[in-house]
Amino acid sequence: MYAALLRLLPASFRNEYGSEMRAVFARKRREVSGPFGLGLLWLATLWDLLATAVRVHAELLAQDVRYALRSFRNAPGFTFTAAVVAALGVGATTAAFSVTDHVLIRPLPFPGPHRLVKLWQDQAALGYTRMELSPANYRDWKARSTSFESIGCWRNVSVNLSGSGEPERLEGQGVSSELFPLLGVQPLLGRNFTPEEDVAGAAGTVILSHGLWQARFGGDPGVLGRRLVLDDAPYEVIGVMPPDFRFPRRGTQLWTTARFQEQDYEDRTNTFVYGIGRLKPGVSLQTARAEMSLIAAQLERAYPENAKVGATLVLLRDEIAPQARLMLKALLGAAVCVLLIACTNLASLLLARALVRRQELAVRTALGAGRDRLLRQLLTESLLLAMLGGALGVLLAFTATPLVARLVPTSLPIAETPTVDLRILAFAGITTVVVALAFGVAPAWRALRDVDAAGLREGSRGGVGGRRERLRGALVMAEVTLSVVLLVSAGLLIRALWRVQAVDPGFRADGVLTMRTTLPLPKYQETMKRHRFYTTVLDGVRALPGVQSAAYTSFLPMVMRGGIWKIEVPGRTDAPGEGVSVSMRFVTPGYFETMGIPLRGRDVRDSDTAESPFVAIVSESFVRQVWPGQDPLGRPFKLAFFDRTVIGVAGDVHVRGVERESEPQVYLSSRQVPDGGVIFYAPKDLAIRASSDPAVLMPLVRRVIAQADPQQPISDARTMADVVQAETGARTAQVRVLLAFAAAAILLAGVGIHGLLSFVVRSRSQEIGVRVALGALPRDVLALVLRQAARLTLAGVLIGLVLSYAAGRTMQALLFGVSPHDVVTFAVALGVSALMAGVGCVFPALRALRVDPIAVMRAE
Amino acid sequence: MAHERVQVDEFLPLPLATFHILLALAEDDRHGYGIIQDVAARTDGRLKLSAGTLYRSIQRMLEDGLLVEVRERPAADDDERRRYYRITALGTAVARAETARLNALVKLARAAGLAPAKA
Repeated sequence: MYAALLRLLPASFRNEYGSEMRAVFARKRREVSGPFGLGLLWLATLWDLLATAVRVHAELLAQDVRYALRSFRNAPGFTFTAAVVAALGVGATTAAFSVTDHVLIRPLPFPGPHRLVKLWQDQAALGYTRMELSPANYRDWKARSTSFESIGCWRNVSVNLSGSGEPERLEGQGVSSELFPLLGVQPLLGRNFTPEEDVAGAAGTVILSHGLWQARFGGDPGVLGRRLVLDDAPYEVIGVMPPDFRFPRRGTQLWTTARFQEQDYEDRTNTFVYGIGRLKPGVSLQTARAEMSLIAAQLERAYPENAKVGATLVLLRDEIAPQARLMLKALLGAAVCVLLIACTNLASLLLARALVRRQELAVRTALGAGRDRLLRQLLTESLLLAMLGGALGVLLAFTATPLVARLVPTSLPIAETPTVDLRILAFAGITTVVVALAFGVAPAWRALRDVDAAGLREGSRGGVGGRRERLRGALVMAEVTLSVVLLVSAGLLIRALWRVQAVDPGFRADGVLTMRTTLPLPKYQETMKRHRFYTTVLDGVRALPGVQSAAYTSFLPMVMRGGIWKIEVPGRTDAPGEGVSVSMRFVTPGYFETMGIPLRGRDVRDSDTAESPFVAIVSESFVRQVWPGQDPLGRPFKLAFFDRTVIGVAGDVHVRGVERESEPQVYLSSRQVPDGGVIFYAPKDLAIRASSDPAVLMPLVRRVIAQADPQQPISDARTMADVVQAETGARTAQVRVLLAFAAAAILLAGVGIHGLLSFVVRSRSQEIGVRVALGALPRDVLALVLRQAARLTLAGVLIGLVLSYAAGRTMQALLFGVSPHDVVTFAVALGVSALMAGVGCVFPALRALRVDPIAVMRAE
Repeated sequence: MAHERVQVDEFLPLPLATFHILLALAEDDRHGYGIIQDVAARTDGRLKLSAGTLYRSIQRMLEDGLLVEVRERPAADDDERRRYYRITALGTAVARAETARLNALVKLARAAGLAPAKA
């Protein structure tokens, strides 16, 4: 029993005094009598041993730390290299983990997040498994389902805030009164919406986001009860949400009520509602899915428009594109690669250093230091090194946060940048300790194993050849392998990025300035009023210096991806739930010229009004799909309640972005938007082709718009080139991060090869000297050194190429059609690895050539 | 043996346990338990060194050169396992210096009128 307690003490102390202490304890036991005395003795002994153990351990630690710091001071080069290597490993892993944790692991900032389920219409027949709901389907789903504690919804709302101060365009959501309670959130100030406020015709109420409250109202608590004018209608401010509430996504500025009108419930194909439910406790997602499928099937039978409309239920947590998920996993994998390389490199460095210190260790053994005492000393050193590196790594990770933050998808209700908190620090700490153990134990153990053997013999050369060198060789080989994998992965993604960037969007983006002026209702309910606004603005803009053309459209490509309608073509019958869907846009004359979209036939004209025949310009893909091999000009089809005649054919445009297939496009005349109908499609995006600097042009355009309507806000002013570039933003960020990782890896592998060869040359200098003395040529000496490097590099590269292929296959979804065995990428990766190996060899090879046989012999 | 004044002063003030161990060893070589008993007897049982404190102090004092371990045993003792400790010249010097330091302290206290009533 007492012997077991003694194990609390450090082994060195225990071995020295353990038996003595046992003897003392035995004597004391003989002196006490009775169970009470015995108990007291045990208590006192326990306390004594604990206190002693803590003190002795602390003393040893202090000693070891002092000793380690001294030895670091004596080897600054080694210390610096090791710390930087550890910093790269810990930094890369921590940065990647902070994003992955933020996006994939951490629960959403709502209570009971695992019960929050997003509801979508499943219209796989049209190619959408996640389609917004129609108000009628939302109402029926909500009424019939029993799996949910509560179901709520929201719809996109963007409003013009006018009245006090500069008119402003605000992005918000019209939410049902259930939504906030369902999420489990409370306003910071004021109150939630009541059900009475969420009916058609109710007085307008609005809850502000914390950001808008601060920016527009200076954080004034008196904002409650204030009346705002949103789209020319009065709204009362009833609340302010907390700062960390971002729903459904960050950037949401305000919330009003959904207030569906009676006519909203009429058309089941008009889908614009986002549904969310909170599962009842104990109800599984599978159960809810089964129930909702059943309800969807009932509705399918009841309403023909609901043909092939199912239900998709996704955990809110999983509302993230599979690509983004894959991207993050690839990054984490890359970071782990860097960490592994860093560890092997450190192990290799320490192995070399342990050899250099053989004599020092042998001397200490001779002076009576026990083996476990030395092991402890060596581990303290590697832990200190790792902590130094880990601290640097955490700094590195946090400075890299802005770069990695671009990898956080915008579709989740979470902050843009991962928070620096205890979790991340704990992760970095654990990584550091793992690093320390991973690279510290093996070298320390090996260093001690043969200390007794030969350490004290002056000039002994032991440790070269045989197992130690093989171990270091294997480590270096592993580094080469991992860096090849990283190089190839980064290379494949760069190729994919280039390919995406090379995609012709279908329009010429450079030289086009864009902005949005959403015209408020009911002020601009009539098409004629809007037409007057467009004409005034476009005439004014066209008169500005450097402007070649300007036009309005419903939505610019890539700015808005949806707006999809079914068409009916005479003589063509489609099964319900199938048929041709097109993206519909109303444009003013000059749109195609401004956007640089090729057009044959004629453009829309100001004379194409509601009184004249309805005209349409269709895209090439429309023609291919509907009238293959025929002349489409003059042919009729029906879209958005009216028959329309084709007057022109335009080039195809990537409306849904460069990485996705887009529906065929149809462009209609802006003057043929019916009064008060499809008002959502009323032109609002202004495009201006100009040779002048956008920064110079923008204020002039603002003045033109203010003259047309001083109350009209302008939003989203940017160049079309920025819009296109934003398409590849996440990809570019990912490539940058991966390239940085690959660069770190290749650097580390180079350092590894250099270290190994330097060591080989140093420890074989005697052998080299003898060979030179016996007539070996420089060529032979070089061959001796380089053969090993070549063998290790080759083996590493070969394994690396195989693994790279596997990695490429895993990432295939991200490669945008680039083959995972793309020859060019593999060749470049091979070349870079060879170059790295070559550079790593230069200095050791030179040193080998400079070995002076006479000096070596004399030293012996 | 003349020890550097500075070297001796570095040990002052002595931890209580260390001072008592030095006192216990001043007369005779003793083993660990002997020290515990001697200290207890000297202080009328007020100070009972625990095994942990004792050996931690001993380790320190051995490293610092205040004690040495002795191989030869008194004839009376035949327990092979026991290790005996002997005070070194440095140890004696340090104990003297500590005594002098305490003495000076007591004088200062007396001068300040804090002398205990003579028993």
